Amino acid sequence: MTVLADSTSSSPLHFAQYFLDHSSEDLRLLWSHTWLSVVPVVIGLLIALPLGWTARRYRWTYPPIISITGLLYTIPSIALFVMVPPLLGLDTLDPLQVPIALTVYSVALLVRVVADGLASVPEDTVQAATALGFRPVERFFKVELPIAVPVIAAGLRVAVVSNVSIVAVAGTIGLSNLGQLFTQGFQLSTPDAYYPPIVLGIVLCVLLAVVLDLAVVGLNRLLTPWRRAVPS
Amino acid sequence: MIRFDAVTKRYPDGTVAVDSLELTAASGQITVLVGPSGCGKTTSLRMINRMIEPTSGTIWLDDTDTASMATHELRRQIGYVIQHAGLFPHRTIVDNIATVPFLLGTDKKEARKTALELLERVGLPPHFAKRYPAQLSGGQQQRVGVARALAADPPVMLMDEPFSAVDPVVREQLQDEFLRLQQELGKTIVFVTHDIDEAIKLGDQVAVLRVGGHLAQLASPVELLSRPIDAFVAGFVGRDRGYRALGFTTAGTLSTRGEPTVTLGAAIPKGTDTDTWLLVVDAQQAPQGWLDLGADFTGHETVSDELLYRGGTLATQGGTLRAALDACLSSPSGRGVVVDDGGALIGSVTAREVLELIEARETERQP
Ligand SMILES: Nc1ncnc2c1ncn2[C@@H]1O[C@H](COP(=O)(O)OP(=O)(O)OP(=O)(O)O)[C@@H](O)[C@H]1O
Ligand SMILES: [Mg+2]
Repeated sequence: MTVLADSTSSSPLHFAQYFLDHSSEDLRLLWSHTWLSVVPVVIGLLIALPLGWTARRYRWTYPPIISITGLLYTIPSIALFVMVPPLLGLDTLDPLQVPIALTVYSVALLVRVVADGLASVPEDTVQAATALGFRPVERFFKVELPIAVPVIAAGLRVAVVSNVSIVAVAGTIGLSNLGQLFTQGFQLSTPDAYYPPIVLGIVLCVLLAVVLDLAVVGLNRLLTPWRRAVPS
Repeated sequence: MIRFDAVTKRYPDGTVAVDSLELTAASGQITVLVGPSGCGKTTSLRMINRMIEPTSGTIWLDDTDTASMATHELRRQIGYVIQHAGLFPHRTIVDNIATVPFLLGTDKKEARKTALELLERVGLPPHFAKRYPAQLSGGQQQRVGVARALAADPPVMLMDEPFSAVDPVVREQLQDEFLRLQQELGKTIVFVTHDIDEAIKLGDQVAVLRVGGHLAQLASPVELLSRPIDAFVAGFVGRDRGYRALGFTTAGTLSTRGEPTVTLGAAIPKGTDTDTWLLVVDAQQAPQGWLDLGADFTGHETVSDELLYRGGTLATQGGTLRAALDACLSSPSGRGVVVDDGGALIGSVTAREVLELIEARETERQP
């Protein structure tokens, strides 16, 4: 890819022109950025569900599960990216490297969210479900999980949005996503500062975060019509 | 029929909540478990559907040992109603009611149709069907809880203080409707309450438990009131139990005497003895109240509403001794007014006559 700095368009405000000039390349970055932001959260949620359920069902497991997943979240992302391949026997720059690391983050964030979401289900409701003859798995999917949706959705918003920014970091170690716009910007900034790709990267990241956040909000609304029922 | 056979529950911390309980809840009847807080009522109830497993002993459902059944299958045959209804907030009222039929795999349309019928049966309007539980009052939610427990037409119902979280007026309504419903359905019901009045009102038989999970007495309400087995039961049953027991004895045919009356709107009778009470009836002979002939009637020509003393209660021919006695005690003239089922005047009785009847009943019952 050749990107030529054009001195007449080095103002930060020319990010739109920069986008138009490289639109197919930028859209590709945006697209892969979107996938990298979304898929790990979905997989992370699927892993967090049984863990959160365990933390809730066997109360003594709550403190260790929550502390360990909480600690995972404190590992700097760049370190996690670097650590994943040797730990899992992958090549450096294996395409799974970043998704796996991001999934770890999502799990770290969502286990607590799931456990707290399940804790938000009224005890009376759970007891009633059991007494009416729901088997544990039926009860989980038909009663507890649907009622926990609002709390889980709030956690998903945080997970998705923070993933958008962590994915960008992965771009700086060579993965194709919006993070590369920042690398390009730095490369083109010699000898003079050249802002358009950097600003474009920021704008697209923020837009993506907003869109994904709204998608989660919309999904939550779709799944919880009962929350909008006005009390009598 | 539900039978507790030497059932004991010891919690892991050593608390014995239920101690060698022997108890049979007869088919088609309401058995009430009553007792002070912590005496093991809820524990006993929840051992029936195995929400709590007994430490030892057996609970029989007809001829089946409940321990031999899969818990979810056992529970789907047993309706369960709890204090705060425990409705599913994320499901509409109709789907809440249809919960067990859905679990049993009944066709959805069919299940909802039955649910709508039940909604009406527990006294709620059809347009509630599409609402969510948060849009109903506590009493309405409780009705839905009852409907939900009935949806799969289980032979057995367990109810844990189902009416205790609503205000007294609503509670009485719910109790009355519950009795009416039970008369139609004839379920085998185990009902837990800490309110002895509720136990007496609803129970075909009442089991009084004492703390530590011992059964103190199992008896019909009237027997409990008239012959508490020991000081604990006597104290728990309460003070005016003798009077309340009269509520279970029918007065039979009261021998009434004719009562002079005046019709509402007629001229005030003049020149009669002062200091006597005259019964006022309407055109249909239904008693309205008493007129104090000794009162000052200046400004009044006819017997009007505002002159009436309305404090007296009415006894019905064929009603209870309690109602008959109360009619006498609440009447300003001392004469209790007796009416027929249509509310028309039959005559009056005195407290002395009712008491004689009570004494006669006592000697009949104790040969
Ligand atoms: N899970 C438990 N672990 C230990 N003890 C328990 C447990 N559940 C109940 N108990 C104890 O068992 C006894 C009976 O409890 P239970 O809930 O059956 O009483 P109850 O008659 O329903 O009382 P209330 O009228 O207050 O509802 C109480 O002393 C209670 O503290
Ligand atoms: Mg209780």
